[in-house]
Amino acid sequence: MKKSVIFGAATLACMSAVAATAGTVDDVKARGKLNCGVASGLVGFATPDANGEWGGFDVAVCRAVAAAVLGDPKAVEFVPTTGKTRFTALASGEIDMLARNTTWTFSRDVDLKFTFVGVNYYDGQGFMVPKELGVSSAKELDGATVCIQTGTTTELNLADFFRTNGISYEPVPIETNAEAQQQYLAGACDVYTTDASGLAATRAAFENPDEHAVLPEIISKEPLGPLVRHGDNEWGDIVRWTLNALITAEELGVTSANVAELSAGTNNPEINRLLGSEGSLGEMLGLSADWAKSAIMAGGNYGEVFEKNIGENTPIGLARGLNAQYTDGGLIYSPPFR
Amino acid sequence: MTTLTDPPKESFRLSMLIYDTRYRSATIQVVALMGFMLLAAWLISNTLTNLETLGKPISLAFFTEPASYDINQRLLEYDSRDSHLRAAFIGLLNTLVVAVLGCITATILGVLIGVLRLSKNWLVARIMTVYVEMFRNVPVLLWIVLAMAVLIESLPSPRAFRGENPEATMSLFDTVAVTNRGVYIPEALFHNSLGNIHLFGQSSMRFDISLDLVAFLVVLIAGLFVSNKIKQRADKVQEETGERPTTWWQRLAVVFVPIVILLAILGFHLGYPELKGFNFSGGTHMRNSLIALWLALSLYTAAFIAEIVRGGILAISHGQTEAAGALGLRQGRIMSLVVLPQALRVIIPPMISNYLNLTKNSSLAIAVGYMDITGTLGGITMNQTGRELECVVLLMGVYLLISLSISFVMNWYNKRVALVER
Repeated sequence: MKKSVIFGAATLACMSAVAATAGTVDDVKARGKLNCGVASGLVGFATPDANGEWGGFDVAVCRAVAAAVLGDPKAVEFVPTTGKTRFTALASGEIDMLARNTTWTFSRDVDLKFTFVGVNYYDGQGFMVPKELGVSSAKELDGATVCIQTGTTTELNLADFFRTNGISYEPVPIETNAEAQQQYLAGACDVYTTDASGLAATRAAFENPDEHAVLPEIISKEPLGPLVRHGDNEWGDIVRWTLNALITAEELGVTSANVAELSAGTNNPEINRLLGSEGSLGEMLGLSADWAKSAIMAGGNYGEVFEKNIGENTPIGLARGLNAQYTDGGLIYSPPFR
Repeated sequence: MTTLTDPPKESFRLSMLIYDTRYRSATIQVVALMGFMLLAAWLISNTLTNLETLGKPISLAFFTEPASYDINQRLLEYDSRDSHLRAAFIGLLNTLVVAVLGCITATILGVLIGVLRLSKNWLVARIMTVYVEMFRNVPVLLWIVLAMAVLIESLPSPRAFRGENPEATMSLFDTVAVTNRGVYIPEALFHNSLGNIHLFGQSSMRFDISLDLVAFLVVLIAGLFVSNKIKQRADKVQEETGERPTTWWQRLAVVFVPIVILLAILGFHLGYPELKGFNFSGGTHMRNSLIALWLALSLYTAAFIAEIVRGGILAISHGQTEAAGALGLRQGRIMSLVVLPQALRVIIPPMISNYLNLTKNSSLAIAVGYMDITGTLGGITMNQTGRELECVVLLMGVYLLISLSISFVMNWYNKRVALVER
């Protein structure tokens, strides 16, 4: 009898503990700050500048969400995570969302219990080597020493690639991109492998980027996107549609320059719905009517964010390629705001 | 006349549990125990329920799935198709390797430094003081990272060995290559190898034992045993006659001649590392990560051991040294025959905790990419499967087991050297 009372009390206590963690959006609003997990320093994607102000392609997603929810793109607490710590940080509630070039995979979605809200960069894994090695294809890498960020999908792809091609390699596991850079430049590894965008960003930070070549083989699909915990659909919707708002804004020609003007009302009903002058999409999300306007004003639409942080005119110099709007032959496509 | 009557027998009342001093302490202990168990039950049940709600009930099924990642440092064969359990096992062996190597080196260094710090030579003593203070007061993680950075940045990469006029050449008559990926040394090979025994079939714990190594060890131990017998005989002769027979060449011969014969039978030869493709191949590869970790852990722990040794020596009364000196013993012999054996009793117990610390500190290996059990089970496996709780609990269990084993062995040794009191 006594035992069942104890267990009953214990069960009740933990049920209430679970219930308390349900509404992430309420937590964020109450806190007045969004806790956003980012990479611990990858030029162009997430890196603090000289003043300690975070900027980059992934950081822009955090800022847009903070602007949509709290109306202030600066109300973000950036939490630098490594490939190894990111999922624990998200699962434990240390961060509200993760925007850290993380690949959307089946097991992460289904087994690790996360919800990927979309794709903000379509990527694939590549290899970078010093030009003086004279290697022109990844299949010539038999016996090479390869630096690899541990706990990533690239680590698994690497093992599969060398195995299926019947060649051997020596993996050097490292924790962060900065360590990989140091080891690679010192010649402690012949090859650095990670997502092609990451390679471009890393190479851009080198003193002599021209001395290093990215090999033509792309050995995997790496759809990168922000993610949240399973089970909080309301919060998942907010992050998903904030990303979609940025993408739709580019499609509709809404930019950070003209968003203020367009939000007064246009004769395109979809722009009106997006910017809140018509309908009640913001209310449905539990946000203010101008949520998407704030998100777009935070850093511009998807195209602007891309050009500013990793586009062809930046040192990273990535072409839009797969990441162009579907109207331009790319894969970037948002469901309609209706 | 007075009659003695028994005091009235008090019947037991519940309130006596609190007010009666005979029962009070027991009551408090029982209540505390119940409270503790309640707390533990609440924590466990809370965890289980929360994991259930998250849709991740505790399960060890992932252990049998393929790990899908490679491990560079491995003592046994392993490839990416092996299970997570196998990967954890490989990691465990790597932890043990660095722990054993580290404990041995730290002990040798620590004893040397501890003794030298008491040296009458002012300079030597001061240098040792600086060493101890430097290593004791900086976190071991920094030493590990520093050691790795020095190895990577200061040594030539294999590329430098290539070409007509290479920037770097192999040392020791072209047999050892020191690179920033590690040190390649010659390996022992046998023309008529006896092969391996495969233990545990195809399971995750399968273990290959080299029969060559076993044969070598058997012959070596047998040789040492016979050599010991010769020494005992010499001792006996000395006691009886006062003359000590010359036995050094006999003792050397019984150890070395059988080994040389065995090696000749097995067709022993050395495999030299040579530059092939991107890396050196052949030979034994001591990876930088292992060297850096081993070096840093040994140097760091040696500083603590040195202090323990110094304390142990200072605990021995100076009269012992003077008495030994009066018998005509020289400094070195006084230290090794009189002072150190007595100091051992003071030294061993704190030494145990230093061995434990070194073993636990080896979990910092991931900082230099050494795949110990924290790197495999508690790192990649945990990350790829998302089974944080299972992995961490198992990891804790493994370290607990290692620590308790070290403690057990060292305590047994401590009992042996302890002063026998009558």
